[in-house]
Amino acid sequence: MARLTTTLLLATALAATAACSKKRPEVLPPAPGEAPAATPAPGAPPTDGVAPGSAADFRRSITSDTVNFGLDQADVDATARTILDSQAEWLQRYPNVRIQLEGHADERGTREYNLALGDRRANAAKNYLAAKGIAASRITTISYGKERPLALGSDEESWAQNRRAVTVAVTN
Amino acid sequence: MTILHPLRTGAVSLLALAFATVTPALPANAQVTPPPLTAPTSAPTSAPQGGGPLEVDVTGGISAPMPIAIPAMPTPAVASTPAGSTDTLGRQLSEIIANDLRNSGLFTPLPPAQLRAVVVPEVTAPAFDYWGGSGAQALVQGYIRANGDGSLTVGCYLYDVSARTELTRQGFVVPPSDWRRAAHKCADTVYQRLTGEGPYFDSRVAYISETGPKGNRIKRLAIMDQDGANHRFLTTGSAIALTPRFAPNQQSIVYMSYVGKAPSIYVYDIGSGRQRLVVQNVATTFAPRFSPDGRWILFSMATGGNTDLYRVPAAGGSPQRLTNSPGIDTGGSYSPDGSRIVFESDRSGGQQLYVMNADGSNQQRISFGGGRYATPVWSPRGDLIAFTKIAGAFRIGIMSPGGSGEKLLTNSWQDEGPSWSPNGRVLMFYRAGRGSAGKADLWSVDLTGVNERRVPTPLDGSDPGWGPLRP
Repeated sequence: MARLTTTLLLATALAATAACSKKRPEVLPPAPGEAPAATPAPGAPPTDGVAPGSAADFRRSITSDTVNFGLDQADVDATARTILDSQAEWLQRYPNVRIQLEGHADERGTREYNLALGDRRANAAKNYLAAKGIAASRITTISYGKERPLALGSDEESWAQNRRAVTVAVTN
Repeated sequence: MTILHPLRTGAVSLLALAFATVTPALPANAQVTPPPLTAPTSAPTSAPQGGGPLEVDVTGGISAPMPIAIPAMPTPAVASTPAGSTDTLGRQLSEIIANDLRNSGLFTPLPPAQLRAVVVPEVTAPAFDYWGGSGAQALVQGYIRANGDGSLTVGCYLYDVSARTELTRQGFVVPPSDWRRAAHKCADTVYQRLTGEGPYFDSRVAYISETGPKGNRIKRLAIMDQDGANHRFLTTGSAIALTPRFAPNQQSIVYMSYVGKAPSIYVYDIGSGRQRLVVQNVATTFAPRFSPDGRWILFSMATGGNTDLYRVPAAGGSPQRLTNSPGIDTGGSYSPDGSRIVFESDRSGGQQLYVMNADGSNQQRISFGGGRYATPVWSPRGDLIAFTKIAGAFRIGIMSPGGSGEKLLTNSWQDEGPSWSPNGRVLMFYRAGRGSAGKADLWSVDLTGVNERRVPTPLDGSDPGWGPLRP
C-alpha cells in the first residue's frame, strides 16, 4: 500500500514537471485523493479520475476500440458500424484528439499479403470515420499484418478475434 | 615452390572492402592453381574401369545417395593459428565437407569408424586398395597448411575409388577467419564435379530470428552461413524486423523494419552496420527485393488500403509505380536476367501469381489451380518459380514461369516464404507450428521434395533470404 502511494505521488510529480516544461494542458490531472474534476464536457459521462478527452476516456466512452472482419475481408459490417459510430461521436466532442488505426490479420495468410490486408482494414475503418465527419487529417493508419495477434490459438475463434482494426487515441 | 595466383580478383576487392578496417590487404579467399604439396601427380593412370563415369543422379534424389569417404585432412606441420591448431582444423574441415554433402541428400559420408588416418604424402597418392574395400565410391582428401603470411592453404582432391583416378583438385588460400569457407568451397567442388549442378555450400542466409510470446514476438535481423555457422544478430529486436534479402554484391541487406512505428524498408550495410531508409516516408513500404544487377529495389507500398508494386533506384531516387490495379499487388521477384517480375495479386479475388515485364507492362496471370498462390520467387536458374500454396494447409511448391508443371514439395500445416539456394536446387522456407506455443523454424527441401530437413538456428527463425554464392 505504501509503495502504491509513492508511485502515485511520483507519477503526479512527473506530470507536474512535464506540465511546467510544456504548454499548460487543457485539463489538469486531478490531485490524489480528491474528487474528480468538476466540469466534464457537455454530454460526457461523469469522470472518476479519468480526464475527459484522454485516451482512457476514449476507451471507456466508446462501445469498443476494436472492429472485426471476415476472412480475407475488409468490409465494415453492422456491428463494426455501431462501434465506429460511438468512436465518431466521441471524436466529434474532442476535435483536438487524433487517432491511429491499427490494422491486423490472422495467421492464416502469408506475411506480406497480411501487411497489405491490415492496411486495407485500417483504411476501411478510417474511411468510415471520415464519412462520419472526422477529418481524415486526424487519422493515421499502421498495419501490423499477422505480427501482433490478440488471441494466440490456432482456431477459428482466435483467428476471428485477430482480424481486426483497433482505434488508439493519440493525445498530446 | 609454386606461386599462388588469385584467380578471382573480384573476391579480393569485395572482402577487402567489407573488412577494410581490419585486414586492409589480405587476399581473402582466392582460388589458386592446383595446390602445391608434393611433386605434381602424374597424368591419370587409367581410364575409368567398368561402367560409366562416376556421377550422381540429382533427379532421383535420395533413392541412392553416393557413399563418399572424407578422411580428416592432415597438415604438413602442426601450427597454431587464430582459428586453432592446423591438425584440429584438418579434422573440422573434413567434418564440414561431410556435413554439407550429407545435407544435400545426394551423398552418404562414411562414418568415422570406417575412415583411415591419412598422412600428407597419401593425399595425392590415395590408398585405393583400402578405400575400394570401404564401400565408398568417391574419396575426398586434402591438407591444410599455415603460411608464413598468416593465411591458410587448403588443398582439396576428389578421387573415383573404383576407377582409381583423380577427378578434380582445387586449392584455397584464406585468412584464418574464413577457414570454414575453404571447406564449403571444397564441398562445392566435389558436389559440382559429381552432380553436374552448380555450387551452393559457400553462401549465407539472412533471416529473422524470433523469440518471445506469440502475441509479442521479438524479431531480429540475423545472418549466418548456409550451414548455421558464424551466426550474428544485426538488429537488437527493439523494433520488428521482417523479410530480409541480400544485395547481389552481398554487401548489404534490404529488409523491413517497424523502427519509430513507421514500417518501411531499409538497406542495412553489413560492413558498417549503418542503415538507410530507402523511400522517404510517404506510406507503409514493404516486401523489398534487389534487382539481379543491384540497380533497383522492387517493393510494395500500401496507400489508402491499396497496395501496388514500385521500383526505386537502389542508390536513391523517386519510386516508379509498376502496377495500378485496385487490390493488393505484392511479393515481387525478378527473373535472373532482370527482364521480368513475378508477383502476387488478389485482383481476381484471391491471391494468384502474375508475370510482367520489369517496367510493369504485359501483366499476365500464370497460376490457375485451386486455392491461393503467394510469395513467388524466381529461381536463379530461371526455369522455375517457387511459391506458397494456400489450400487448407500452406505448402511450398514450384511451377514453370509459364505456370505449367505445378508440383508441391512440402506437406505441413504452415510452410511459407521459400527462398532459392544459389544453384536453384534447394529451397529454404519457414514452418510455423499451431497454437499459443506454436513457433517458427527454418527448413529446407530440395526439388525432389524428398530431402527435407530443419536448418539449425540459435532461436526460432522465419523469412529466410538465401544469399548468392560467395566469390
